[in-house]
Formats: sequence, structure tokens, C-alpha cells
Amino acid sequence: MLTNRSKQVVKREMSLAEKLYLPAIFSGMAITFKHMFKKPATVKYPEEKREMAPIYRGHHVLKRDNAGAERCTACGLCAVACPAEAITMDAAERKPGEESLYREEKYAAKYEINMLRCIFCGLCEEACPKEAIFLTDTIVNPEYARAGFIYGKDKLVERMDARIDVSKRQTADVAMFKMGESEAKHNQLYNPKGEQ
Amino acid sequence: MSYLKDKGIEVEYKEISNLNTLNLGPTHPATHGIFQNVLTMNGEIIEDSQQTIGYIHRAFEKIAERRPYNQITVLTDRMNYCSSPINNLGWHMTVEKLIGVDIPKRAQYLRVIIMELARISDHIICDSVIAVDTGALTGFTYLFQWRELIYEIYEELCGARLTTNLGRIGGLERDFTMTAWKKLDKFLKGFPAVLEEFENLVKRNRIFMDRTVKVGPISGERALEYGFTGPNLRAAGVDYDVRVALPYSSYEDFEFAIPVGENGDTYDRFMVRLEEMKESLRIIQQAKEGLPEGPFHADVPAFYLPPKEDVYNKMEALIYHFKIVMGETDVPSGTVYHSVEGGNGEVGFYLISDGGRSPYRLHLRRPCFIYYQAYPEMIKGSMLSDAILTLSSMNVIAGELDA
Repeated sequence: MLTNRSKQVVKREMSLAEKLYLPAIFSGMAITFKHMFKKPATVKYPEEKREMAPIYRGHHVLKRDNAGAERCTACGLCAVACPAEAITMDAAERKPGEESLYREEKYAAKYEINMLRCIFCGLCEEACPKEAIFLTDTIVNPEYARAGFIYGKDKLVERMDARIDVSKRQTADVAMFKMGESEAKHNQLYNPKGEQ
Repeated sequence: MSYLKDKGIEVEYKEISNLNTLNLGPTHPATHGIFQNVLTMNGEIIEDSQQTIGYIHRAFEKIAERRPYNQITVLTDRMNYCSSPINNLGWHMTVEKLIGVDIPKRAQYLRVIIMELARISDHIICDSVIAVDTGALTGFTYLFQWRELIYEIYEELCGARLTTNLGRIGGLERDFTMTAWKKLDKFLKGFPAVLEEFENLVKRNRIFMDRTVKVGPISGERALEYGFTGPNLRAAGVDYDVRVALPYSSYEDFEFAIPVGENGDTYDRFMVRLEEMKESLRIIQQAKEGLPEGPFHADVPAFYLPPKEDVYNKMEALIYHFKIVMGETDVPSGTVYHSVEGGNGEVGFYLISDGGRSPYRLHLRRPCFIYYQAYPEMIKGSMLSDAILTLSSMNVIAGELDA
């Protein structure tokens, strides 16, 4: 014995009742019978949906700010952080007059996530220094063709008419910071009327 | 054989027996994974067997040589996917040992809670699958409802259920939320009764005992020669446990027994795992009660990502953020070995670093790989259905076997 903590747990001699094996059968059946009156543990999936944790790592979203400009500046940190090498992007320079479309002077002209490669580890969300990419609690839809799983900006960038709330994924300080002065300054510069 | 005759060597011919070759696997539903066993059968008895490994070999050790340290965690997820948090945290502890970080007590205790939950979920799978292979499907469905609750706790902690990517170098990525504590309380309150019910179903059932007692035995001595660790070694009567022998993450603070078996047969392995679940519950209870206050991560700015608000406001935090994400923080060169008691046994990480962003060499000690070496010896002379039972009672996980 290496330690003084060991505990012998196996008892293999059977008593007479156990040898008869009928009592064990009946007690087992009693247990299963009791379960017939319990609430079923299953969730009837397409009709009912289980509530996911607020930090669930599912489908990605590229956020816009409150003025509707894309937050991503194509810095490439998410692509570097990705262990599955699923993210590719092309950067482009913002032209005059596009200030309401893109938040910073540089933006992602092309942004693709290969959902077949993606392992939903959440490292891209953690890496993003612009609060642009987030994972959401929705699951990626099935497709018939492999090509359909390469998500471009059309599928990733959030729509202004169906905004996704990611405030639960952020710490309170970050949410405050985002709503704070920098956002206000940006809105003042590019969206002085406060149009959504 | 004629050349033997030419040389004058007498060859004795025995009567050819009635041997058949049976391919069990690679994708056989009874083996719970991708294992190929080419069995030489004499009727129902296995005379000889040959195993093939590597069906889902993904070259993790090689991939790790080109990955920054924080990206290797996702590789360890996919080793023993029944208890991935143990692998994740084991890897983080290895890197912490290399760079020499002291983890705050609270983070260590939280890690213990997570690792013991993972151990319970691993043992739930193994024990209920042993019961399934003997024909008792009911207990499996009852226990798996509670494994679901463990997965929900993981989901609350890290956002994923199976491939968790939990924890970071230097601590945890976030503290337990209130929902997580509530779910943990529900688990601690409800699970012992469920476990007892499962015991009543199978533990002293004669059919179950007839199927498992003296099936696939291995002696303690032989198991040590093979390098067994974990529940399979303890079932053979050797009370070796990494948590006691080389305590990590404050395991020395907790009071728990090490269940041991006697013969190392399937019944012993089943019983050891069953009792270990109860010990794990005890450890979680103790860790929860004695949980110290404090931060949930160490102060290692070069490895632990700064909070996002600092990234936006402080120059230094921004620099560290970019350096960590791009994998540009240098680690000291050196060699470390760190092992944790995984669900199946000693999960070891042998890491050689020559400085720089990724390991020079990483070896993963996977207990399943070792158990599978002993498998032909353990099933020789037994029946085919017992071989299936032996495989599932050793809890050989394909992802960990092949890595």
C-alpha cells in the first residue's frame, strides 16, 4: 500500500437473496417503474428549445456600432488567434463618404469564416481589440453543400433591423466603455442627428 | 516447407484446428469507438488477437510544435473528450510550471471543482456503458441525465459543452457565475440519490455480477509492468493516485479516500469508478465550503489576457494583448513534466521548450494508449462478448488512444 487512504470497495460474495437473482430483478423493475411517473428529461427540440448559457459559443457575428458602422478594422488578430485557421480577410481603405459604413479608416472588404474548419473555441472573440467579432448562442445552420459553410460578410455582419445583444458576453466595464465617450464622439462626428 | 525437408529437418504437423478470423471493428457499434481487432476465434473463444491503432491519429504532438502555447489547449480538448477540462487544465498547469507562476488559492480550488466534475462525468460514461454492454440499458439513461447537468455547468463556465477550451494560462478565463453555483448545488444535492439508484439497479444484480466478475482480469504486478495508472490500476489493488502521490492544484488540502479493488477484473473496475464518483463529490463539497476569496487568475500580464477595458484605455495592456494573441511572448527554455489524474489515469505532458513561441517538443502521455497494449493479454482465452466488456470497462477512448 502506497498511501494510508486506500479503501477496499469490492465485495464479490453473493448472499442467498442475491444468488436467487429474482429479488434483484424485481427491485430493479420497481426502480424503472417509478421513473414512469417522472417528468421526462428530454426536450422536444424543434418545437421547444433549451435555453443556452449567455456565453455559449455558437455562430459568429460581426458587430456594428450604434450608428450602423462596422466595427471591424481588419487588423487580423482573430485570424492569427484561430487555432483552426478558419478566418481569412482582405483589408481595404475607407474612402471619403463611407464614414457611416465603416467605423475606422481601414475595414474588411472581404471577411470569411469557414464553418467547417471552425471549432468554436472562442479565441477570436477574446482576441478582438475592437469588440467587433462575437460568438452568439445560435447554432450554425445545416447546409447541403460544403460551399455554403464558407460564411462571408453577408452572413456574418449583423443586420441593423435584427440587432444581436452581446452585452451579456462583455464585462460591465466594457459595456460602459463602449456606451461611453468614444461611442458618443463617433456618433457626434458621423451621425449627428442620432439616426439609427 | 519443402526446403526444410531438403535440409533433413523433420517437421511435425499438428492437426489443423477449427480457427476462424473475425474482424471486430474498425467501426463496430459495440466497441464504442474506432478500434480494429482482428481476432482468431476458436468457436466463441478468443485464441489470439491483433490490434490496429491510429484510425483517428491527428498528430497532435506535431501540430503542437507549431502552435503558440494558448492554442494548444484546443488540441488537448480532443484527447479524452469525456473529460476535456482535466486535459485543458493539465496543460495549463504544465505551462505554468515552465514559466513559474503561483496560482491564487481560489483559482486552484475552482480548478479542483471543475476537474472533479469532469472526473464524475467521465466515470458516469464508463460505468453506465459497462452496464449497457451487459444488457442493462436503463441505468445508462438515468445517469446520463446528470451528465447533462455537468455539461450545463461547463457551458456556464466556458460556453461549450464537450470541447471546452476551459481555463487560461494563469488561471481561469472567468469566475463562476451565480447560475453556475446554482447548477452545482443542484448537482450536489441530486446526484447522490441517482447514484444510489444506479447502484441498486446493477451493483448486486446477479446477472451483472456473472457477466463482470473475473472478466478481463489483470494482476497488480502485471498492470504496473504495463504502466497502468488511474482506476484500472487501482482496480488491480495498487493505490496509486497522482492526486495523492504528487499533489497539484491544492489537492493536499482535501480529505478523500482512494477506492481500490482486488483482482483487476471488470467488476472491480466498475466498483472503483463508482466509489470514486462519491469521493469526487466529497472533494467538490470540501472545495466549495473552503473556497477562499481572491482573484481567479494569477498576475501574469505576459500570459494572461488583460481585461478588455484596459486594452482600450491603457497602452501597456494593449501591447500585452497583441503580444499574447500573436503568440509573441517568450517562454523560458527548459524541460518540464506535469501530470494530472485524468478520468482514465495519469495524463502527462512532457514539454521541452527552447524558448520562443511554441514548444520544441511535446509528448502527451495518454493512459488509454497504455491500457490498449495490455488488451490482447487480457482477452486471450475469453469469450467474444467478454472482450467487448473488457474494452469498455477499461474506458479506452479512441481520441486519447490515437491523439
